[in-house]
Amino acid sequence: MRATVYQRKLDIENGRVDPSHGAGGRAMAQLISGLFHEAFGNEWLARGNDQAAFDVGAGRMVMTTDGYVVSPLFFPGGNIGSLAVHGTINDVAMGGARPLYLSATFIIEEGFRFSDLKTIADSMGEAARAAGVYIITGDTKVVERGKADGLFISTTGVGVLADGLDLSAEKARVGDRVLVSGSLGDHGAAIMSRRQNLAFETEIVSDSAALHDLVALMVAAGGSSIRVMRDPTRGGLAAMLNEIAHQSGLGFRLQEEAIPVKPAVAAACELLGLDPLHVANEGKLVAIVAPDMADAVLAAMRAHPLGCDAADIGEAVADSHQFVQLSTSFGGGRIVDWLLGEQLPRIC
Amino acid sequence: MKYADEFRDKTIAHGLVRAIGAEADSQRAYRFMEFCGGHTHAISRYGLEDILPANVRMIHGPGCPVCVLPASRIDMAIRLAERPEITLCVYGDLMRIPGSQGKALLSAKAFGADIRMVYSTLDAIRIAEQAPNREVVFFAIGFETTTPPTAVMIRLAEKKWLKKFSVFCNHVLTPSAMHSILENPDIRDIGRVEIDGFLGPAHVSTIIGTEPYEVLAEQFGKPIVIAGFEPLDMMQAILMLVRQVKEGRHEVENQYSRAVTRKGNRRAQEEVSDIFELRDQFEWRGLGLVPHSGLKLKQAYAQFDAEKRFAMHEVRVADNPACECGAILRGVKRPVDCKLFGTVCTPEIPIGSCMVSSEGACAAHWTYGRFRDYQLRRA
Repeated sequence: MRATVYQRKLDIENGRVDPSHGAGGRAMAQLISGLFHEAFGNEWLARGNDQAAFDVGAGRMVMTTDGYVVSPLFFPGGNIGSLAVHGTINDVAMGGARPLYLSATFIIEEGFRFSDLKTIADSMGEAARAAGVYIITGDTKVVERGKADGLFISTTGVGVLADGLDLSAEKARVGDRVLVSGSLGDHGAAIMSRRQNLAFETEIVSDSAALHDLVALMVAAGGSSIRVMRDPTRGGLAAMLNEIAHQSGLGFRLQEEAIPVKPAVAAACELLGLDPLHVANEGKLVAIVAPDMADAVLAAMRAHPLGCDAADIGEAVADSHQFVQLSTSFGGGRIVDWLLGEQLPRIC
Repeated sequence: MKYADEFRDKTIAHGLVRAIGAEADSQRAYRFMEFCGGHTHAISRYGLEDILPANVRMIHGPGCPVCVLPASRIDMAIRLAERPEITLCVYGDLMRIPGSQGKALLSAKAFGADIRMVYSTLDAIRIAEQAPNREVVFFAIGFETTTPPTAVMIRLAEKKWLKKFSVFCNHVLTPSAMHSILENPDIRDIGRVEIDGFLGPAHVSTIIGTEPYEVLAEQFGKPIVIAGFEPLDMMQAILMLVRQVKEGRHEVENQYSRAVTRKGNRRAQEEVSDIFELRDQFEWRGLGLVPHSGLKLKQAYAQFDAEKRFAMHEVRVADNPACECGAILRGVKRPVDCKLFGTVCTPEIPIGSCMVSSEGACAAHWTYGRFRDYQLRRA
């Protein structure tokens, strides 16, 4: 027997979130079942417990968590919802693991439109279904007007890692190749093009995507010869490689001409005085791969639609200073340093 | 990227390098100062130092307005922003510049000051329109390139009857700073530093033209070539400088002829001279007090002058005594010669002016070129 019968349906079209939707009463229950369950629909949520129990297969478990505060909430190529699913799936996948389940926490500002919330929840559901991942537990909080900028989402992801696979930065060795799965800077440039005080016209679309299928192909092709994988989000390729240099005690030498950057992204960066190597990505990965298997892994990447523009952009070198160096397309050399300060707040 | 890649062509660049090598006297060294931070940044960004002949050295000049702004002016801005009635609008690259107590606008903001990052003067006008009861102040900074937009903004504020809008003016003048560098005893009297010529400003010259540099070239006997900010522009300008030295000339030449004329942008100049007038002197970080090198609002626009409106006063503070920025800006020393460089002074926590913005000599070297210091030591 169904325990609750709601007297009036949620007015998705015109309604707005008010404090009662986070207060633990009937309104909250109605929001959760009418909007989130509808969007995410799966057996765990349907049971309505405070937690979800699930089976895990063989292997080690992987867990990650991430908060999403992107502004604006809707951008070319996605919204905060799809981003919150893709971003957390990718963090699980970068360990070489298969992502299985997600949790989601919504911190909603009073007055937020139901219609926007539904669009966002629907794209989360869609992104999760497309990735074969389930959002199995969650939480909803409402804060007063002015205490949150519309909506913040936090997702936690769980996955399993095949036995024998242990990707980590300290495994990088001199001579390893640096592979990147596609063009850099798309997400950051797309967000910037929609910022209120920056807005410029461009066809740039965020690259936000779940990378675990691409990772599975790479792992099948390269196994443990893949030393480490990361997705270059905030701080871009530069921050990511400096991080690995620091953790592995090695340096990197890159070829500027080999690094894929779309002309529209390069132009936007030129206009804003940014280096595309510092700009965020949400659907790209970088893999450090043993030299003898680099071509095989690169071929596997190119066989997947999300890796069709994959490129070998450089190598790990012995360098006690752990510099990431770049041979410029102009024929000179320079350092690719960490991003200084903050390029753009709330990029993801 | 159209209109940019053409000026970054590797093959042409190497042709220019060969031409510079062929024209230059291999028995002597050439030391050219690029005045602008834009040039400094491009030199580092494209690794030009690696491809220029070894006897051609670039000295990074003081042409980064953020870098040369003295700590006392940042202190003034912070004191202003801490007043509850004030909203201070600033360009993003000013946020991290430390004042005399090491405090920057960014930390003042964290402590509750109403400081807004803007991307243009129009953003500040918009903020003033949206908050008519707030005292909105725009932190104006820059060389001759950014002064006309500030002038236009003041006109607009006047037209829109913005009674609570004002400008904290920190605009400075390029030729005065070049004059100050050439007047310095290190260069003029002791001859400790030989500057063989200047790579003149690109964007500044679109406004002021090439004429204002003529007196400098004449008085100090130094060639000046106005150069664009693209790497090929700079290579070509260096070739032109080498030729002038070879032929014993000291003229103002214009490599950036696609944007710069001798007389400059008259309309912009008129806008500026309608609203601004010269200060007797203005302090530059690294150069000290430079006569007639800064602008202030004319009396007729006093209501828009934040310094008058809020009775702001400047308390001069000494730069860190160990900081070598002054010597680096004059080409007497290199960043690595300063014991603060890369130790306590880094782009994250800058002590001296040259480390403050990515266009500063030390920050550019730290961010893009410091690997060369270790190569040198190994060699």
